[in-house]
Amino acid sequence: MSASAAVATPGRPSRIGLRLVALGYLALLLALPVGLVFYRTFESGVAPVWEAVTTPEAMHAFYLTCVMVAIAVPANTVFGVVCAIVLVRHRFRGKNVVNALIDLPFAISPVVIGLALLLVYGREGWFGGWLLDHGIQVIFSPVGMVLATIFVSLPFVVREVMPVLREVGDEQEQAASTLGANGWQTFWRVTLPAIRWGVGYGVVLATARALGEFGAVSVVSGKLVGRTETLPLQVEERFQRFDLTGAYSAAVVLALMALVVVLSMNLLKPKDRKV
Amino acid sequence: MPSGQLFTRGLAVAWLSVIVLIPLAAVVARSTEDGLGAFWTSVTNPQAVAALKLTLLVSVVVVLVNAVTGTLIAWVLVRDDFRGKSVVNSIIDLPFALPTIVAGLTLLALYGSKSPVGINVAYTQVAVLLALLFVTLPFVVRAVQPVLLELDRDMEEAAASLGAGGLTTFRRIIFPNLVPALLAGTALGFARSVGEFGSIVLISGNIPFDTEVASVFIFGQIETDNVTGAAAVSVVLLAISVLLLTGIAALGRWGAKHER
Repeated sequence: MSASAAVATPGRPSRIGLRLVALGYLALLLALPVGLVFYRTFESGVAPVWEAVTTPEAMHAFYLTCVMVAIAVPANTVFGVVCAIVLVRHRFRGKNVVNALIDLPFAISPVVIGLALLLVYGREGWFGGWLLDHGIQVIFSPVGMVLATIFVSLPFVVREVMPVLREVGDEQEQAASTLGANGWQTFWRVTLPAIRWGVGYGVVLATARALGEFGAVSVVSGKLVGRTETLPLQVEERFQRFDLTGAYSAAVVLALMALVVVLSMNLLKPKDRKV
Repeated sequence: MPSGQLFTRGLAVAWLSVIVLIPLAAVVARSTEDGLGAFWTSVTNPQAVAALKLTLLVSVVVVLVNAVTGTLIAWVLVRDDFRGKSVVNSIIDLPFALPTIVAGLTLLALYGSKSPVGINVAYTQVAVLLALLFVTLPFVVRAVQPVLLELDRDMEEAAASLGAGGLTTFRRIIFPNLVPALLAGTALGFARSVGEFGSIVLISGNIPFDTEVASVFIFGQIETDNVTGAAAVSVVLLAISVLLLTGIAALGRWGAKHER
């Protein structure tokens, strides 16, 4: 191993040089800025931070962020598994179009997503007027924010489950149905246990995205403090009011949540995937 | 069984239509509601053109920088060995997990007006570039890394034993194998850059004709109630997204064929 590594990789000095460049880039772009925000937040102790994250507005923003995740992620998990099964196991015309549609939320600007929801559910939108007449306000209310969050976090579960479904094949499912299991039983007893790690990884990724969504939610929320303000919106609002401690504190809460997500990503990462 | 299949298929299509398709159709419909002439006027409005130009230009720079740094980081993570490598490997995913607004705030803390190192790029085009490099960092690394891991070392050893230096081996042996993954990773990064909003709003200052990117321009048009103008520029971004996704899909098929 050592002999082959010696010929296959450049000499020691250039290897260390490359390592320093790579680590330096990561430090300047990632580690130092994030580290500095943590330092600045706790510069004058924990008390002001605790005060900033326990104001009624901050508590409500935290609560609302959790509500977004609690609705968007399960919805995307259920429908994500359904979409993955349809795309892998079924053959039908227009499948390519459906497949392409799933990736769109990855590639579209969040502001465009917000605008799209505005044009459908706003007062003058396609369904907005009718819904308002029936007492349902979507735009400038948590309902629209949930829709925006679902939109941006839609692809994750589908994209993690699809390769797993392909990998496991459908022999076991066919065996189950030959033995008399109905579609529902086959799904619960055979398909779901086989794809559970893929589902778990997709859920973690979707949670990260749902927690932090800013642009799309910003457009449809109306930014009503204490009513339609999530944590990411609160970071911006406090920053614009020159409340740096408040903005940093809210940011640190989000960063800690992100850290938990990154850690679970490493725990749940599919076994056959090396990175 | 067929009725069950039909039901799940209907469910999937209905879900995607309600969440994705109908809203996006509304954007396209709105952009041309006042005729193609009005669409064209909105898209060619100088401020919109400036925003689109900046967006595309910075995104191209992001792609070039990412291609180099992403490959380098992936190479170091696969071929090099040092203490703390697994920690470095996990923080690569941080930009995916960290909310974009927090990303902007962290960059502003180090490279803004209160910078402890005296570097202030806030409200400049460099700031836009910095924010985009931050949020797109994982794409190339995570695309190239698995390919490097799988790469057969025999070819490199053969090249080295025939007298090729490190750089020649990389250029002639390693790099050609990385091309499909590199293209896919940079294309994803490009798509992300073109639409990015959250990490840019705080640090760029959103100065029209200078640091205002397309997403921020659209946001401003919505705030000032020029919804048709916002929809028109949105359609341009949508078209770029669709084009990129089609390209990435074609690339995936080509890469799969290339491997055989």
